Amino acid sequence: MAMDNSTGYSGVVNSGDLPDKPAPIKTDGVGPWIRDNLFNGAFNSILTISSLLLVLYTLPSALNWLIFNAVWTGGSDACRANPDGACWTFVTSRWEQFLYGFYEKSERWRIDILLVILAVGIAWLAWERTPGKKLMAFFMLVIYPIFAFFMMYGNEAMGLPIVETPQWGGFTLTLVIALSGIVASLPIGIVLALGRRSEMRIISLLCTIFIEFWRGIPLVAVLFMATIMFPLFLPAGVTFDQLLRAVIGVALFASAYMAEVVRGGLQAIPKGQYEGAMALGLPFWKMMRLIILPQALKIVIPGIVNTFIGLFKDTTLVLIIALFDLLGIVQASIADPNWSIKSVPYTGYAFVAIVFWICCYSMALYSRYIEDKLHTGHKR
Amino acid sequence: MELDQNQAAPASMQVSDESVIKITDMNKWYGQFHVLKEINLNVNRGERIVICGPSGSGKSTLIRCINRLEEHQQGSINVDGIELNNDLKNIDAIRREVGMVFQHFNLFPHLTVLENCTLAPIWVKKMPKKEAEEVAMKYLERVRIPEQALKFPGQLSGGQQQRVAIARSLCMNPKIMLFDEPTSALDPEMIKEVLDVMIELAHEGMTMICVTHEMGFAKTVANRVIFMDGGQIIEENEPNEFFNNPQSERTQLFLSQILAH
Repeated sequence: MAMDNSTGYSGVVNSGDLPDKPAPIKTDGVGPWIRDNLFNGAFNSILTISSLLLVLYTLPSALNWLIFNAVWTGGSDACRANPDGACWTFVTSRWEQFLYGFYEKSERWRIDILLVILAVGIAWLAWERTPGKKLMAFFMLVIYPIFAFFMMYGNEAMGLPIVETPQWGGFTLTLVIALSGIVASLPIGIVLALGRRSEMRIISLLCTIFIEFWRGIPLVAVLFMATIMFPLFLPAGVTFDQLLRAVIGVALFASAYMAEVVRGGLQAIPKGQYEGAMALGLPFWKMMRLIILPQALKIVIPGIVNTFIGLFKDTTLVLIIALFDLLGIVQASIADPNWSIKSVPYTGYAFVAIVFWICCYSMALYSRYIEDKLHTGHKR
Repeated sequence: MELDQNQAAPASMQVSDESVIKITDMNKWYGQFHVLKEINLNVNRGERIVICGPSGSGKSTLIRCINRLEEHQQGSINVDGIELNNDLKNIDAIRREVGMVFQHFNLFPHLTVLENCTLAPIWVKKMPKKEAEEVAMKYLERVRIPEQALKFPGQLSGGQQQRVAIARSLCMNPKIMLFDEPTSALDPEMIKEVLDVMIELAHEGMTMICVTHEMGFAKTVANRVIFMDGGQIIEENEPNEFFNNPQSERTQLFLSQILAH
């Protein structure tokens, strides 16, 4: 195409490469950082100063109560003498009960073994450089739960006296409910999510009804129904363990939420991924397992972990059906007349909060690590 | 586009008279919309067919029917003796024979280039992993990117990704390759590297059906050009006649539009 050059513009030619220069560093040193981030403008300055005042006002008294002024040794008398600090001796003198509940004292070694295996297993799976991950995952997800059931409940043939589930309690019970829920809810949720997106109308309808039913009722109602109503539907004489009912209720409840999280991930996968897989001749389930689900689940890791954390904390609701999880057992201990001291309830609840926070924050940290690890180059 | 147009076609480019794809009176609707009308198409082994036409003319839909990414409602499609119907076994068998390259590559971003190539041989053909990797490296070398084997698709340029996609299809050792606008999503300087690979493939005797707007490619390798509009095949001819002496008015208009600049 002919261009009119009458403007007299002669063009620009840049010969030779320009040298690379280092990127300008804006936040060089503490002074500029404070200026740029905390005091850039009147509004931010006011916010910074008022936040600082708030921290200065609350933090020292909180630290005083939690640490410096707290009672760390002695018995209940020491706490009675010092009402203005946390009564940690309440926790240290009762930690066994908080951990094991009412589990037979002579049999608590069984829980110890399970906890050690659990810790090793989780560390093994979580740490990047351990070998045999697949085998370990199989062990932890399939063999360990069965083993754990026999260890916890006992089996006369194996020489382990039976410990009935009403005796289970404390943090152990929290773990039993939370881990069963976590391990069950992800696969059930995936199946429900696939089912809801199925082209077969009946399957899709059934999954949708299931999901909306469990999402639509409060967990407390689920637990009450599991405890009070469910036995009415069973033929006389048939009993069904109360804890098992609660675990199933929690797991199905969490599955419904998980299904919707996973469905969100499935919807984010472009159609081209399905077509690419189909064109290569991959049958449906292989396509799902190898191509679609790995990508969909990766996208929704934050949502999955969110559901796990929610589930972990929701286990405390079992105390309304007279199961004594960590919160339940701490609450029961607070009622002990020997410990009817002003600072004890606060200490108990603070202890529960700290334990839960550590567990939940660990899950959050691990999910962030996994997200970074699974990130492969540029997003498309 | 500077393609080696003068190069004499090697003997391997000879077309046999054995039919590999036979489409008879095929019709397809999207709801009430009639997208493909009375399609009749016979493809012989070794043929290289270019399908062109304005957007929305049904050319992509047509080739996507051949490996059942789209379902046709009337007529019959027969690929290498296998009748394409609702029988999943037949569909799987046809997909094993037919490779496909897409406009947007459709590589699997969570797998490395090598894993993209070995996935189908391992899981569909049950090939041992080691052998699948050797096959994959052979084809990655052929598309000239063996050094990218351990990278993820997201780290490659568009042209490289499309070449990986071609290698990925070839790893299944297909008898027929379908190309659905393989260069339309590429930057101009990357189109040539993809077309060169496709030309080599044609020279090796691969049966190919390409939906493309690359008329230079059509002139160089196609032995038949099909023009579609409004869901039907309007004109079908060998490239010289097609470009120099188009019969239908619609073809003339289309060619005048795309060859104008």
